[in-house]
Order: sequence, then structure tokens, then C-alpha cells
Amino acid sequence: MSGLAAPRIRIPRSVRAGEVFEVRTLIEHPMETGLRHDGSRAPPRDLLERMVVQVNGAPALDVSLRNGTAANPFHVFFLRLDRSSEISFVWTDAQGRQARASHRVTVA
Amino acid sequence: MSPRLTRRGALTAALTLVAAPWPATAQPDALSAAIRAQIGATVPQVGGITLRAPAVAENGGQVPVTILVDSPQTEAAHVTAIHIFATRNPTPDVASFRLGAAIARAEVQTRIRVAEDQQILVFAQMNDGTVRRAAADLRVTAGGCLT
Repeated sequence: MSGLAAPRIRIPRSVRAGEVFEVRTLIEHPMETGLRHDGSRAPPRDLLERMVVQVNGAPALDVSLRNGTAANPFHVFFLRLDRSSEISFVWTDAQGRQARASHRVTVA
Repeated sequence: MSPRLTRRGALTAALTLVAAPWPATAQPDALSAAIRAQIGATVPQVGGITLRAPAVAENGGQVPVTILVDSPQTEAAHVTAIHIFATRNPTPDVASFRLGAAIARAEVQTRIRVAEDQQILVFAQMNDGTVRRAAADLRVTAGGCLT
């Protein structure tokens, strides 16, 4: 596999100032721990290790994903903005490969 | 000897008692080491966290978990990190969430893997240095780690 799958993100395009809104993220990934035995085969370890969400470059959420996180990591969290902002998402796996996404949220 | 040291000794003893009824895990040292790696030697207080997980999970490979910490998330009082552990997984570490200023509510939802019937432990670190703890028992129809 050369790269990571494109993440799917649900985030509103515009919100009111100070409004609490939900963000949902999903990225396809096997999250192999290397502990599993599939018959005689043992799939090698292949894990997304980190998900970082930034608001205008400032860290909002930094998630360390470890063995117990399910395949195709899905996360929901809640943000609040004072002004229109650029929300960036980066997933990084153990080999340093990255999946990125960025969304602009307008504060009306 | 100051009473403070005595109280710390008592707290440590109490924590040991709390830890003892945890089901005998495959490697209890691995669990306590994993917890210590995240929250240090701080003695957690029980409560202040709503932990939502199904009582019975049909598919241990995808178990939805919602963690809501009772906190206003203001500059004066907020959650800085949330850690999840699965007590009887081959490796107890699940995930850690570090929350920044834009996070409006101390709530995260994720999906975890559980190998067998066990307890899920959640720790929340507050900005004042205290740590809260919550636990939920989970039964699994089909384990999600080793098959």
C-alpha cells in the first residue's frame, strides 16, 4: 500500500459564533496490531498512531491511537469557534505516511 | 513524620485495595504500567465521568464508546486529556486524547477492540492536576483482537 485512504469528515460549513458543533471523522485503515494469527499467517503490524486536529494551526485535538483502537478509526468530538477558521486533520501511521484534510468553517 | 505522608500511605494502600478486585488479567503489570505511563503516580478520584458503552457487544472488533467528562471546559477548569484502557486485552492500551482550547465539550466518541469479557477503564486528567476514573463492564459475543 503506497498511501493512506482519503478520510471522510462531517463538519458544518458555517456555524454561529460560540456555537458548539459536532465533527465526525472516519478513515479506512486495517489497524493491524501484529498480534493476530489468521490461520498460519500473521499479518504484520500496521497501525495509525496519531490523529491531530488543528484550528488555525493551534492544536485542538491530539489523539494517540494504540492497539485497542478498532479498524477504520471513527471519532466524534465537539468544537467551538469565535471566528471563521481553517480546521486541518492529519493522520500518521507507524511508517510516517500521512493522510490530510482541511475544511473551512465560516462563522456567520 | 508529617500527617501528609501518612495520608499518602493510606491512599496508596486504598488504591492497592481498589486495584486488587480487578479481574486477574493476563498481565496485570502491563495494565498498571500502561496506566502509570499516562497519568503517573496520581491517585484518581472515582466519578465525574459518564462512560457509555454497550453492556453486551456482539462484535468485539467495533465497540462504540462515548466518554463525557463533567467539566465546563473553560480556561479555569477543563479536561486536558482522556485515556482509555481495556483491562483484559493482550495489550491494554487503547487510545489517549489530548484536548485543546477549541474543544467545546469534554466529550469524545471512538470505537475500540475488546478481546473478551472485561472492564473498560477511562481516566480524565484535569487542568488542576487531578485525575478522574470511570469503569464499565463489557461482555463480548465475538472477540475482536485475536481471531
